[in-house]
Amino acid sequence: MLKLIKKLSVVALLSVISITGAQASGGGVELKTSTWKHEGLFGTYDRAAAQRGLQVYQEVCAGCHSLRHVSFRTLADLGFSEAEIKALAKEATYVGGPDDDGEMFDRAGKPFDKFPSPFANEKAARASNGGAFPPDLSLIVKARGGFENYLYSLLIGYKDAPEGFELADGMSYNSYFGGHQIAMPSPLSEDAVEYADGTPATVDQMAKDVTVFLAWAAEPKLEDRKNMGMKVILFLLLMSGLFYAVKRKIWADLH
Amino acid sequence: MSFEPKNPMVKWVEARLPITGMLHHALYEYPTPKNLSYWWTFGSLAGFMLVVQLITGIVLSMHYTAHVDLAFDSVEHIMRDVNYGWLLRYMHANGASMFFIVVYLHIFRGLYYGSYKAPRELLWWLGLVIFLLMMATAFMGYVLPWGQMSFWGATVITNLFGAIPVVGDTIVTWLWGGFSVDNPTLNRFFSLHYLLPFVIVGVVILHIWSLHTSGSNNPTGIEIKDKQDSIPFHPYYTVKDLFGLALFLILFSAFLFYAPNWMGHPDNYIPANPLVTPAHIVPEWYFLPFYAILRAVPDKLGGVMLMFGAIAVLFALPWLDKSRIRSARFRPVYKQLFWIFLLDCVILTYIGGQPAEEPFILIGRIATGYYFAHILILLPLVGMFEKPKPLPASISADVLSKKSSDEEASNA
Repeated sequence: MLKLIKKLSVVALLSVISITGAQASGGGVELKTSTWKHEGLFGTYDRAAAQRGLQVYQEVCAGCHSLRHVSFRTLADLGFSEAEIKALAKEATYVGGPDDDGEMFDRAGKPFDKFPSPFANEKAARASNGGAFPPDLSLIVKARGGFENYLYSLLIGYKDAPEGFELADGMSYNSYFGGHQIAMPSPLSEDAVEYADGTPATVDQMAKDVTVFLAWAAEPKLEDRKNMGMKVILFLLLMSGLFYAVKRKIWADLH
Repeated sequence: MSFEPKNPMVKWVEARLPITGMLHHALYEYPTPKNLSYWWTFGSLAGFMLVVQLITGIVLSMHYTAHVDLAFDSVEHIMRDVNYGWLLRYMHANGASMFFIVVYLHIFRGLYYGSYKAPRELLWWLGLVIFLLMMATAFMGYVLPWGQMSFWGATVITNLFGAIPVVGDTIVTWLWGGFSVDNPTLNRFFSLHYLLPFVIVGVVILHIWSLHTSGSNNPTGIEIKDKQDSIPFHPYYTVKDLFGLALFLILFSAFLFYAPNWMGHPDNYIPANPLVTPAHIVPEWYFLPFYAILRAVPDKLGGVMLMFGAIAVLFALPWLDKSRIRSARFRPVYKQLFWIFLLDCVILTYIGGQPAEEPFILIGRIATGYYFAHILILLPLVGMFEKPKPLPASISADVLSKKSSDEEASNA
């Protein structure tokens, strides 16, 4: 038994090394890191940060980036009340219909609606952004290697291009973007938003807040998942102990 | 210990269809060597994972939409709006990896203890067929979420068939159902991804049937000689397997609940885009050794043949291995070679995930060469020249001698 565990762990270790090695790709630039409250076995989303992050998304990012998988009603996860959610949804306009005369009409958003997209389609988005397509942000934290730290680094990674670096027209220099040329101009500037809770809106603070919000947007069930995981694993530990005891007892009369 | 039902209903059925007796024989009285170690648990774990994949997969397919414009969104719908959809999907995605982990361990156990040797050649073959079917199923399943890796993985792998001389391009068009990976491809992959698991169930039944005909191999590699050597499957191995299952489920849960995307690739959370090729197209980890073999050859056709050859040679294993001794416990040279071979496979896995550049190309070629050299050259040679250790008289003699030496060790 012990020997088996030893051997299994050697195999596991080797596999982990080979797989991690396999996946460790990227620009090779060390990312800026922050500690995220939702990391770890018991981590939960920092509600205040996520709420501020929503504000950053709405006032800064939403002009170009959609969030098309997230519906307003799910904001309840972040501690928004029903009334607040209704009010947020109402600000957006959607095409409804057809009505009884077969006409489409504009209607105010409802909690079940997804966040509105700033552009009608990809072509329209490219036309307004110098040919670049601002990606949807619903899954952005899970869709880039480095995850939260990558997004955070990217948002604070703007600086002047080093000497000799050929920057194409309309592009910006970013230390963490692959190839360092990014079509998105630096989105955050000091006091770009005014936080209701009085938190100073530094670039670093906003970058962190919007990262927390988008991490939630990408993985809204994280808390349910970890919560269930703890119960399941405790149950399984108990079961293993029980089965081991039964196994010992049943096998004891052998030989 | 033949099966004599007392319940009149069971009796009535048994006289007309002896299914209860068959199950009783297979799951209850099946005479099993008394010395099976925990390495023998992985077979039943693989069976368990097949059931998990079937159940989660059937429920997922109730919410999934196989269409290029809707597939990605329907997966997100499952993750966000379907009750416990996130649990089902993560269970299914990580379940595939877990299935491969236990099957790989099951295969390596067979290699170590010579479980493929007569009279278990067909058993081994059926296992390899299951493995091939699993790979096809897993590959097509990975395409279904229609993310970037789904799309480009499908493109790369289906294009391999283009290497076949003369009819290659025609075959690729036929596989795609068009002139590129598109909606018809996604639809047929979904259809086959749903079908193949049931084919696997069929082959698993044959695999177990064949197993129960020749009986389980065991760590000594010698056959059951008399009643003393065997114990009924139930309760001894049912409880041992249940304990193994509980431990395995803890590992599964650790991934499922705490690192559900660790074995996935971030790019697959980007919707498929035929116009943008990802920087590195990497298959799922369980394909990496074969991907490394594929890329070890500069010629496309050669690479494809070598990749399929890597599995084909395993079919010949029962005849390539000339040693009449099964278990590596009594084969001092083979035992060393086994661990080197395992290490070689781990190296191939690592190389498969690296970009095609030096020094990875060279290492990949050496490791590929060694993979084939081990099976085609070393294995037959070792069988001829190796001097095996003396075998125990019987399974129970081996168990008793081990027990007494353990006691001596604990007394000392």
